[in-house]
Amino acid sequence: MNENAQIKGTAFTLDGQPVKAFPAPGERLSQVLRERLGARDVKIGCNAGDCGACTVLVDGTPVCACLTSAQQVAGRAVETPAGLCRADPIAARLVESFQDHGAAQCGICTPGMMVSAVALLREDSEPTEDVVKDALGGVLCRCTGYRKIIAAVMGAEGRAEKTTGQVGHSIRRLDGADKLTGREAYGDDVAPAGTLEIFLIRSPYPRAAFELGDLAAFVANTPDIEDVLTAADIPGRNVFGVIPQFVDQPVFAETETRFRGEAVAAVIGTPKAICDLNPESFPVTWQEKPGLTDVTSAQAPKAVQLHKGRDGNVMCGGFVACGDAQAALAKADVTVEGHFQSGFVEHAYIEPEAGFAQMIGGRVEVHACTQAPVMDLEALEIILGMDRSHIRIIPTAVGGGFGAKLDITVQPYLALAALKTGKPVRLTYSRVESMQSSTKRHPSDIRLRIGADATGRIRGFDFYGKFDTGAYASWGPTVATRVPVHASGPYRITDYRAESKGIYTNNPPAGAFRGFGVPQAAIAQECLFDALAEKLGIDPLEFRIQNALETHVPTVCGQVFMQGVGIGACLQSLRPAWAAECASASTFNAANTTLKRGVGVAAGWYGCGNTSLPNPSTIKSGIRAEGRVVLHQGAMDIGQGANTVIAQIFATALGVPVQSLDLIGADTDVTPDAGKTSASRQTYVSGNAARLSGEALRGQILERMNVSAEAELAIGGGMIRATDAAGTQVLDLSGLAADDEGYVLRAEETYDPPTRPMDENGQGAPYAQFGYAAHLAVVEVDSGLGTVRPLKFVAAHDVGKAINPMLVEGQVEGGIAQGLGMALMEEYIPGRTENLHDYLIPTIGDVPPVETIIIEDPDAHGPYGAKGLGEHVLIPTTPALLNAIYHAVGVRITQIPATPSRVRAALRAAAS
Amino acid sequence: MAYHCPTDLTAALQIVAQSGGKVIAGGTDVYPAARQGENPDYYLDVTRIAGFSDISEGPDGFRFGAATTWRQIAGADLPPAFDALKQAARAVGGVQIQNAGTIAGNLSNASPAADGVPPLLTLEAQVTVASQERGKRDIPLAKFIMGVRQTALAPDELITSILVPTIPRDARSAFEKLGSRRYLVISIAMTSALIARDAEGRITCARVAVGACSPVAQRLPELEWDLIGKRVNEVNVTPRHLSPLSPIDDARGSAEYRRDVVSEQCTRAIRRAAGDE
Repeated sequence: MNENAQIKGTAFTLDGQPVKAFPAPGERLSQVLRERLGARDVKIGCNAGDCGACTVLVDGTPVCACLTSAQQVAGRAVETPAGLCRADPIAARLVESFQDHGAAQCGICTPGMMVSAVALLREDSEPTEDVVKDALGGVLCRCTGYRKIIAAVMGAEGRAEKTTGQVGHSIRRLDGADKLTGREAYGDDVAPAGTLEIFLIRSPYPRAAFELGDLAAFVANTPDIEDVLTAADIPGRNVFGVIPQFVDQPVFAETETRFRGEAVAAVIGTPKAICDLNPESFPVTWQEKPGLTDVTSAQAPKAVQLHKGRDGNVMCGGFVACGDAQAALAKADVTVEGHFQSGFVEHAYIEPEAGFAQMIGGRVEVHACTQAPVMDLEALEIILGMDRSHIRIIPTAVGGGFGAKLDITVQPYLALAALKTGKPVRLTYSRVESMQSSTKRHPSDIRLRIGADATGRIRGFDFYGKFDTGAYASWGPTVATRVPVHASGPYRITDYRAESKGIYTNNPPAGAFRGFGVPQAAIAQECLFDALAEKLGIDPLEFRIQNALETHVPTVCGQVFMQGVGIGACLQSLRPAWAAECASASTFNAANTTLKRGVGVAAGWYGCGNTSLPNPSTIKSGIRAEGRVVLHQGAMDIGQGANTVIAQIFATALGVPVQSLDLIGADTDVTPDAGKTSASRQTYVSGNAARLSGEALRGQILERMNVSAEAELAIGGGMIRATDAAGTQVLDLSGLAADDEGYVLRAEETYDPPTRPMDENGQGAPYAQFGYAAHLAVVEVDSGLGTVRPLKFVAAHDVGKAINPMLVEGQVEGGIAQGLGMALMEEYIPGRTENLHDYLIPTIGDVPPVETIIIEDPDAHGPYGAKGLGEHVLIPTTPALLNAIYHAVGVRITQIPATPSRVRAALRAAAS
Repeated sequence: MAYHCPTDLTAALQIVAQSGGKVIAGGTDVYPAARQGENPDYYLDVTRIAGFSDISEGPDGFRFGAATTWRQIAGADLPPAFDALKQAARAVGGVQIQNAGTIAGNLSNASPAADGVPPLLTLEAQVTVASQERGKRDIPLAKFIMGVRQTALAPDELITSILVPTIPRDARSAFEKLGSRRYLVISIAMTSALIARDAEGRITCARVAVGACSPVAQRLPELEWDLIGKRVNEVNVTPRHLSPLSPIDDARGSAEYRRDVVSEQCTRAIRRAAGDE
């Protein structure tokens, strides 16, 4: 086990079996387990010990496999997540308990959580919550908000119901078991070991000119380098984007890079060649140029223009106006105004962008993590200059997305490399690459003025927000459009003006991130609502209830909903908690001088689906002659639960148990387009398509069998039995002709939300439905240090109809955790916080208990009344926390994150 | 390239005498610092060297083998003067890092925010190093870490152990760490205090060290001097006491904030060390 290790091999016990590997000196254990021993259940999130996803047990002790040299485990016993699930009774219990609690969402952190929990429970079978937190504190989760993980480890009774999974039932995730046992395959888990790999050469500067050197010589002189790709290798057009009028990002920069981390070339080689590749050896010369790193410098009179036709670096703007905001403000009894700022926020999914591509029968096939497989296909059509029939996208499981996996990332490099070499290729972004090059939440700079009359009615609202969209448009136009529509919050405001602008800079592209700019706008509006209520002497919760939007009342876009406006109910449901928590904080504060508690509320709303644009989803289903019901479910499940919820809706519509379905996921060859997983649209839009598909299939069956609409169906064993009051009918499926996919009955249905365009004042019907939310946050501020500790959330959400209440809770808790991170700790600074130890996301010790109140005010359009939820959940969180800080210590934080440094500075400023 | 994993010190010193290598123990700093395409000539794994993972008490004090992990320290049976070190051990990363990261690794990495340094400064720890050519020598910790990522360790030397010489009788200690989240956090500022008091509650021995507020963690001698003879409730930390510090502005907090908050941390650490929270 020393010098000769490479020759003699490193022998150890892997999950009880003796194994021997021949790692390179110092090769990471994670690499050896995954690539030499096939243990792809060991996940790599950061390669730096910051996320804990790769946790394994060495002689029973949890360590990060990415920080352990393979040679260090010589003679030792290594246990992996999959091995533990196979053989360890504690792990077996956790597999069940995690599923019963909905404690795994995307599942990428789950192996690390499981292994850490097994180590704990072997020593302490009845741990307290604090002990669980200490044991799991080294594993980051970006989806769940941790609370369900704590409950699952502590062995609390599970939430899941064992039922047929009709709409409204809290069944386990249908794809949960594989996530628990390590069988789920993510972007980096599908390529065969030894596949050619890609390394991207990226700009080290925010803005730089560059020249490529002799690439042929580089390839010829570097062992085992297969090829290099640059802009010159793109057969189609070197451009991509997500919004047709704003397609402006190159796959490879051609002469100048516009942000730090932008790719200029791709090196393809064997795994060893890529591992040994020193980027300094690549022939490129850089000339750094002064970059525009904020919106102010980008809008300065002589600022360099990033894109042709975008004068003043203005990408685009959005505008909504009704009534006369200025006149109303002039007449208002009281007015408040504020200036609010936020920085870049990183999605920080634990799975970096990753994938694999190969040529099959002359077609290029891309397996990668994505939120939008058909958009990936359409982007590749343009880049590859190929007809779409020659491209196939087969998404892998997705280890978190939150918006940034809507844009293409690894896909074009994989496809181009597979085409050029004719060989399978693989690409996984390092954590730093992922953070440098993926899209971010837009930094915001918002000025807002709001007025009210003495009775507390809002009179005049004037909003102006500038958003840093970075070097390329991505989803910036969507942010610019959505913000003015939503900046009012879910309130009745008759005199309103809201304008937004997206500004190009030499920062990373800002794109989609859970809420598309609405969370930033909500900070300004909800914090000023508190200021207004204070000035008026009205209780802040009652002030919101008084102004809450109602049915039959126009929104600021002039849209009137006849049902399903549940914000009033959300806010009212917080009354008991508000009274109790305010009293409790007041008692605490009377007894404490340094620690101060406060309670804050805030509300939010969010329109589901595209803004005044077509947004269809198609769901296909069929029945095979042997009696199997197949659901082609193309809505990407990025952890939120589409695989389960869409299937529950379909099963309910068809009238069969959800467990009886055979599910086929997204695959552009066999599953129709269910649109992108974005804009909180899957439950609503794809859910409706699934409902229509289920109803259509049921309709065919009822008609063929001539039974009543109430008939109960039993499908299986080559036949359908339909039972109604008239008796039981039997349909022999073997007598029906099968189509070329093997279906004897099939139904493919499309749903597109009814919206209307907005006019130049933003008047129209931008969304067919909104969902509503109101949060209450309790915090404890350490006034000596400026630290803020959230103690509790009560979150009320109007979801129309909770298709699966357990998954609703999961979304709420996870969204709150992200909102908490944005409020208190997260700020992406290019070049400074490009990893998961400098960029902080909440750990298991940072998220307090969350009480979820589900309000069901049915929507006229939603399937069974359901509304979207994914994005709504973090919109009220940040302003609720900021309002709670004010309540605790009397300082208004207007720039997030509210780091200890900023809170303490505000306290000092207030004291002097 | 080679991976050496010797079991005795003599062999290890022979290896480290050759240049171009990388010493590895817990790997918690080695791997995150690794750069794409750059490999050392060899790795020297010190975790299997005899005695390197032992904690022992001898006539000269407590000795921690270089590769003693934070988990071992957190769970060790040590006098109350080591409470701050144990608290720091539990504040290093998460359990995975505590299970792998070592005391000597923390010192040789010489990060301004190394959690182990302030408590070890208050324990007046000595770093025992050895080379094949010059044998062993002891370096006071305050002199061992010379700057950001700079130590007094010669290229052919290994840290073999950390010695905490005899500690003042009845001394107690406490560690305060300030970060923006609960786990896995690099300190914005941290303070370790070691206090002994007489029967009347007057402070007879005071050692206070602050980390993440200067290139190298610093003791605060003027504060320590002023504490002597005082009761804990009479502690008043002034700007003069903090003069050894030179905090910087960074993403974690401003210099002004660090200066401000450190005096609060000192007060709290001293109170907690005295068991008076």
